[in-house]
Amino acid sequence: MPDDLTTMARDIRRLAIAAIHAAGSGHPGGALSAADILAFLYGRELGLTAQNIADSRRNRFVLSKGHACPALYAAAGLCGLVPLAQTVRLRKLGSIMQGHPHVVDAPWTETSTGSLGQGFSVAIGMALGLRHQQAQARVYALLGDGELQEGEVWEAAMCAAHYGLSNLCAIVDYNKMQSDYLNANIMGLEPLGDKWAAFGWRVEEIDGHDFAAIADAFAAARGEPARPSVIIAHTIKGKGVSYMENVPAWHGSVALRDEETQQALADLGVPADEVAAWLAGEGTAGRAA
Amino acid sequence: MNAAPQLIGSAGDSLREAFGRALRDLAGEFDTMVVLDADIAGGTGVHHFRAAEPERFFQFGIAEQNMMAAAGGMAAVGLIPVVTGFAVFCLRALEQARLSIAYARRNVKIVASHPGIDVGPDGGSAQCLEDLAAFRAIPNMTVLSPADPREVALATRAMLEFDGPVYMRTGRSPAPRVVSEAHEFIIGKACVLRPGGDVTIIACGVEVARALAAAEQLAGEGVDARVVNMATLKPIDEEMIAACARQTGAIVTAEDHSIHGGLGGAVAEALVRTAPCPMEMIAMCDFGQSGEPDELAQHFGLDAAGIARAVRRVVARKKQG
Repeated sequence: MPDDLTTMARDIRRLAIAAIHAAGSGHPGGALSAADILAFLYGRELGLTAQNIADSRRNRFVLSKGHACPALYAAAGLCGLVPLAQTVRLRKLGSIMQGHPHVVDAPWTETSTGSLGQGFSVAIGMALGLRHQQAQARVYALLGDGELQEGEVWEAAMCAAHYGLSNLCAIVDYNKMQSDYLNANIMGLEPLGDKWAAFGWRVEEIDGHDFAAIADAFAAARGEPARPSVIIAHTIKGKGVSYMENVPAWHGSVALRDEETQQALADLGVPADEVAAWLAGEGTAGRAA
Repeated sequence: MNAAPQLIGSAGDSLREAFGRALRDLAGEFDTMVVLDADIAGGTGVHHFRAAEPERFFQFGIAEQNMMAAAGGMAAVGLIPVVTGFAVFCLRALEQARLSIAYARRNVKIVASHPGIDVGPDGGSAQCLEDLAAFRAIPNMTVLSPADPREVALATRAMLEFDGPVYMRTGRSPAPRVVSEAHEFIIGKACVLRPGGDVTIIACGVEVARALAAAEQLAGEGVDARVVNMATLKPIDEEMIAACARQTGAIVTAEDHSIHGGLGGAVAEALVRTAPCPMEMIAMCDFGQSGEPDELAQHFGLDAAGIARAVRRVVARKKQG
């Protein structure tokens, strides 16, 4: 497991916790479960930098589960797409980091999300449009598991397979929980891999916290010649914070009290003398992006 | 008393067919334009475009939500998507139009055929009466409802030249010509089709022809009615509305749409901000039902006679001061 990705994922989690604490509200559970996937995407797969982020041939990433945006903002910040200090302005008046991504404020979010299902369709439109213009760029969309209950997702899944969008890769952050309770309790998704396969997708199920497995899955998706690929990433909701792991109540939107935040940062390995800096959005100060 | 009615011919092309042909004819000029369809191309007129430009025609199947949001994605990568469908099904994807198009400020055009009771025999389920109100309420969204085949063609060009999201209504039934060969279409500018000093009838879409017919009837009674074609509902031509209110002192609106939040609502909003005067609205107060468009217009009072009755009412109110 490459150390830099481990560090990046850890920093994404720390920044997301600090941002949600500063905001007074937000969705920590699904931000933490997606942190390793986002670290790999922004640290390896997408190849996005401040220099190429406006290039029409760039790869695109859409956070269809828009409520996990504290992790997206952190990942983008760690890649130098936006100043990291802004992450603690999450959900504040005038901030470009709204409670759900908004492309007009933050162009690197690629599209506005927050209504589940739509980001996936937008990603399909991007993949279709890029292929129509003979662009080689790839499009990635991260979906929540609860999001798969939206009918639009399956309209979109049918469409991507119909058009053979091999330049499209969907990732499901399968942490098995949604706002109120377990997926299985709210509206069951299984057999999930079979559903995607039946819709005509190349399906791979992995441990969404194992970088070697994540790397292999993205490589295989890149090599797929004819179909869209979905990576069903089995994850742990609240991953990395002891009291949040596998507890649906931390889906959000929740406020993080000071002591909860301190415990979370301690669980994420922040030394006591660095806590204040992380809470101020300056935890990575002095480190190269 | 002023000129004769401006109705040009009677039988006509439908607005949807005129739109489909215009789109086909503009394909070369707007080479990043692509057309999206949800298995209804034969009904919306875009079969003309499909036949001419099959590579730029994208079939999304009967799945309007995905089509609408995907259009946002296609615009994000530099295309000008034209989303087409029946008005009720565009309404079904309203939230996708809101988030993935208008909020994201994507240059997407949504063109809806089959609005209002003009749909006719398909009945109440298909007769969309809420689209103008719903799309008008979305920030960034421009809303057009041209009146005849020629104006549809001009509006199609104007919307493609315009940078931003647009919702445009066409129509199912054959529509008489009401604008002249010299007519210019400018988004946000209304035009006077018939001069008059006693009252102004402001109409859009298929009701424009009926408003002209009503004005002709009223002329025989000594009522000199001005007719304004308000083809842009948003941004509405507030200057024209205020001028008509000041010059004629009474307004009647006519639209094939719900009485709530469409043309009547938009004109009333402008009037209260500028030059309030007596006003009546001709519009639908309930769901529609099956029937031929002209029968339905008569049944629901959206025909020329219904408009004329509203004019008499508003003129009486004006006289009462």
